Amino acid sequence: MAQLSYRDAVAYGIAQEMRRDPNLVFLGEDVAAAGGVFKTTVGLLDEFGPDRVRDTPISEQAILGAAAGAAMTGIPVIAEIMFSDFLAVCFDLVANEIAKLRYMTDGQVSVPMVIRTANGAGSRFGAQHSQSVENWCMMIPGLKVVAPSNPADVVGLLAASIRDPDPVVFFEHKSLMATKADIPDGELVDRLGEARVVRAGTDVTIAALALMVPRALDAAEQLAEQGISAEVIDLRTLVPLDTRTILGSVEKTGRLVTVEENPRLCGWGAEIASLVAQEAFWSLDGPIVRITTPHIPLPAAGVLEDGTLPSVARIVDTIRTEWA
Amino acid sequence: MSISADPTRYDYASRPVRGPRPQGDPGLDCTDETRLSLYTRLQELRQVEKRAYDLFLQNLVKGTSHLSLGMEAVSAGFGEAMRHDDYVFATYRGHAHTLSKGASMEGVLAELLGRENGLMGGKGGSMHLSDVDRGMMGSYAIIGSHLTLANGTAWSSQLRGSGQVTVCFFGDGTTNIGAFHEALNLAAIWDLPVVFVCENNLYMEYTPIDYITAVDHPAADRASAYGLEPILIDGNDVDVVYDTARYVIERARSGGGPALVEAMTYRSGGHSRADPGKYRPADEVQAWADYDPIIVYHQRLLERGFGEDTLTQITNSVADRVDQATEAAKAGSDPSLDVIFTELWADGGSEWRN
Repeated sequence: MAQLSYRDAVAYGIAQEMRRDPNLVFLGEDVAAAGGVFKTTVGLLDEFGPDRVRDTPISEQAILGAAAGAAMTGIPVIAEIMFSDFLAVCFDLVANEIAKLRYMTDGQVSVPMVIRTANGAGSRFGAQHSQSVENWCMMIPGLKVVAPSNPADVVGLLAASIRDPDPVVFFEHKSLMATKADIPDGELVDRLGEARVVRAGTDVTIAALALMVPRALDAAEQLAEQGISAEVIDLRTLVPLDTRTILGSVEKTGRLVTVEENPRLCGWGAEIASLVAQEAFWSLDGPIVRITTPHIPLPAAGVLEDGTLPSVARIVDTIRTEWA
Repeated sequence: MSISADPTRYDYASRPVRGPRPQGDPGLDCTDETRLSLYTRLQELRQVEKRAYDLFLQNLVKGTSHLSLGMEAVSAGFGEAMRHDDYVFATYRGHAHTLSKGASMEGVLAELLGRENGLMGGKGGSMHLSDVDRGMMGSYAIIGSHLTLANGTAWSSQLRGSGQVTVCFFGDGTTNIGAFHEALNLAAIWDLPVVFVCENNLYMEYTPIDYITAVDHPAADRASAYGLEPILIDGNDVDVVYDTARYVIERARSGGGPALVEAMTYRSGGHSRADPGKYRPADEVQAWADYDPIIVYHQRLLERGFGEDTLTQITNSVADRVDQATEAAKAGSDPSLDVIFTELWADGGSEWRN
């Protein structure tokens, strides 16, 4: 049992998989010699050498193209896109090439690659380095989408993503980097498509992802003091989506609240709300409520950024108001 | 600065500094067997493309299509020079490159017809032909990205020490998009075994390339930006293409790194099915028609002592095979609706929820 930060868990997970599979390679900007701008990949170059851990130019299309092309020949690849905002500069690769390669060729190729990227707000980086863009990827057929909320999940879900034969976009949250937890000894491999009930409750289901998970848990704690028993689900992966766990929970509690860091329109909660409305409608005791970042770009100043993201207070107030 | 009016104006031989083509007559260092193979390829690509065009006119091929008529020498020459396990990437104008890497005529034509016996069972269509078992890694219909994918297969070859070379074809219009430059730079700094082949047919879709490009030769004039030599060749002379292809492919195979080749050529038709190509001056069209790759090579082979009857026999034999492939393609069924939901994921399915 070792205690690891979310940040260190990334390199720990990559190293675990690179030791296991000598074909696995990793590329990205500043990932090798510098150890990553978030220090998430420190030590990998030393252990695995420059053939397997490669620094690239600022060329996001070239990074993802090289990764996907190698993956098409059976070489598993991890590609880092430094900030998830930068997915927009290589979105042709993400949306039109990587996601479609297998279908377009009728199964002639697989694309075993992981796109790791730093996602989310809290660092006061402003509008172009702070977005939560998991919904950009969720909407594209052919991509799996993973967003861990804690160090153990970073290792386990990263291992599962690397071993998955399909392309996975793996969102690491910038504001969780310093959080720490115990990691079990030995190889850690999780499964994609399994949400986790991280707090049991009876009155309302709160579905959350990444940074919103600890906030939802804090909110549930406060709500409990006010007599509202909230069940918190850490979705962990958006694709495949663990609809069984979501529907099962709502069937028990009768209420659903989503807590999303992505901006409002077409955020992942909209899909879950639609699903629950259609498939668990008769279990619902009240309207589905979405708590999201407002539909605006992110401001930089601390007080503004904090006022924008769903906070513990906003989650508590929103749910309490619904129950009033 | 029109560069397009006269195909013979490109005096490649007197400018050896612009390319590594071996000195002397093109195609001199070539067996008779190879010469006939090159001629056969030209005929195959020409006749399949003509058949594809006929099938459009019969309204049997839906959607769009982009033909390589007039440009066959590039894919024929490179196809001849490639090893079976080398990789190829092409654009939406990829029928010829797919065939030249060894895909079956039936598979190509059936895919155009949307039949289950098509290369991708109807899922790909004209713009997305692939035959991965033969190293044909796909045809990509959004300009630029496939150059970056080509780096990836080349990187894989380099990592595995397999000696495979990747050849990536694209048009002149591709040289003005960012991915072109990102791909060239990465290929150069990593010394990847990849050959980028610009088929400069003088038009970016409907617009003359020199009207929208800062340099005369959109690929060759930019090669030096990536530490590569400018290689400008006659893309309608299959001997020249083959010589160049052998040189750059074998150099890449032996660790010499990437190459960027600009092959001057011309499409006899419009950009796509929807385009009659009226924006091109008649004298220009005629000049290039007179310099058609099959006319050029046919004459070359006669001069080298091959009999007209030998060449006619090849032409007729290819025609028979194209007829047979057409019938076989037409005989294919429509795809089953079940395949709509297959092969999104590696498990064969398309489920997004549990």
